Amino acid sequence: MLNELFQAVGILSAISAVLSLLMVIADRTIANYGEVTITINDEKKLTVQGGSTLLSTLMSEEIFIPSACGGRGSCGFCKVRVLEGAGDTLPTELPHLSEEERRNSIRLSCQLKIKKDMKIEIPEELFNVKQFRGVVARIRDLTYDIKEITIRLLEPAEISFKAGQYVQLETPEYELADEPVYRAYSVSSAPSRKDLVELEIRRVPNGICTTYVHDYLKEGDAVTLNGPYGEFYLRDSTRRIVFIAGGSGNAPIKSILSDMAEKKIGRKALYFFGARTAKDLFLQEEMKAFEEQLSDFTYIPALSEPVEEDNWGGETGLITDVIDRRLDTGEETEAYLCGSPGMIAACIKVLTAKGIPEERIYYDKFA
Amino acid sequence: MTFLGAFAVFFAAIFTNNILLTNYLGMCSFLSVSREVKTSVGLGAAVTFVMAFTSAINWAVYHYLLVPDLVYLRYIVFIVVIAAFVQIVEMIIERVSDVLYAALGIFLPLITVNCAILGVSLFMVIREYTFLQSFAFGLGSGLGWMLAIIAMAGIRRKIAKSPIPRGLEGAGITLIIAGIMAMAFVGFSGMITLG
Repeated sequence: MLNELFQAVGILSAISAVLSLLMVIADRTIANYGEVTITINDEKKLTVQGGSTLLSTLMSEEIFIPSACGGRGSCGFCKVRVLEGAGDTLPTELPHLSEEERRNSIRLSCQLKIKKDMKIEIPEELFNVKQFRGVVARIRDLTYDIKEITIRLLEPAEISFKAGQYVQLETPEYELADEPVYRAYSVSSAPSRKDLVELEIRRVPNGICTTYVHDYLKEGDAVTLNGPYGEFYLRDSTRRIVFIAGGSGNAPIKSILSDMAEKKIGRKALYFFGARTAKDLFLQEEMKAFEEQLSDFTYIPALSEPVEEDNWGGETGLITDVIDRRLDTGEETEAYLCGSPGMIAACIKVLTAKGIPEERIYYDKFA
Repeated sequence: MTFLGAFAVFFAAIFTNNILLTNYLGMCSFLSVSREVKTSVGLGAAVTFVMAFTSAINWAVYHYLLVPDLVYLRYIVFIVVIAAFVQIVEMIIERVSDVLYAALGIFLPLITVNCAILGVSLFMVIREYTFLQSFAFGLGSGLGWMLAIIAMAGIRRKIAKSPIPRGLEGAGITLIIAGIMAMAFVGFSGMITLG
């Protein structure tokens, strides 16, 4: 009896031991990719353990590639140019890559595993991108459908960004989102206020993030965001500036104007703000105040469909018509646009007709 | 006899005694992966590979280590061997082909708990197969499983736009189709029968 017990235990242990040994050997040989070197933009070199995905490896080295889905290959944000050291494009990447991107060796960093030395290219600005935890300090209504959210940063406690850049706000799981979702919003506060981030968020019917912000988010709630991102910031030149915005597109312009006021940048500037009726206008005093603070700034709000009780004495008509009327020439001028894709497209037409070359028209492609 | 016997077992395992359609084993991944022909082929190939080799390894383990006193340990031993084998196969695939690894995704590790694979090892014991027959049985069962899942993927592509009654959508209609396929496969039993 005892003998039989020993035999059973012995055989089972022996089999397990042999298999474990095999697994250990396999793990040390087949699954061991050793230390590999990642060269970023031909200058920065990282020595890391191979075998993990590029995205998570970079993240552990504190380089944040934008990623909304958390590395499951469903959002397609984490594109990185891989010059050397990657194999063929994977089937899980194909839905997110265009023909041209594949030719340019663009890869999804969340799918690509590091197996040998790699050479990659990422935009310089991403070195500055971080994840922030913060708390909602204030929520106020700007109009019936736009809220201003002020977030006080906790960890890290300070953000440095250029006026006009955007951050990605995380919507946690709730009724409309079965996984965390990220949406981009321009920062409306001045870069000098490093301890807080102010966003202007307009309600989009059934929008996952905007519904969350408008109906669920309360003062004192914890929020997570990452950033800053984007190429939408004031270029260093002496040209006249034309700002054009509609709705919550005011946010980055407000940030840029505050920055200009603080730095005493005295360039000639015009700001066209398009709305339908007077109840779509907001922060009118603040915008008017910039006319005092800046040496040569004019704020031009325009209503496309003013109603009688608005008592509107300002510009009337589509924003494109107002620009056409008020802007004499496009010479020595650069333009900064923020609004719906339709508005941006229409404004670009008017501005190029005025003589502003397309490379001097700047805008963020959200949507 | 042995070679011919192994050959008969091989064909029987594919057609008349298809492990999926006559024993209804390996249903879980059969239902979930049969949406696309391409992934069915990949999973079918991985299952075939694992089945063929684990049945051979398990035969040796069973006959040299467990017989005569410890045969009651077969369930736990077979499962452990299968799990270790799948793990190593996974590492090899990941090393050799990123593309195949990404295509199989989660279903590769899930082969471990595919009951058809344990079923093959257990049937091989019950039916007292020789080593060659066991290997043939494993290989045949794998190919049979692959045949069935590819056929199912083809049918599901056809019915993708069909008006299926509510409540039968998804797994319901798939199980009904599997039943009809099983009946069709019974037609093969005129060719070979397995004792």
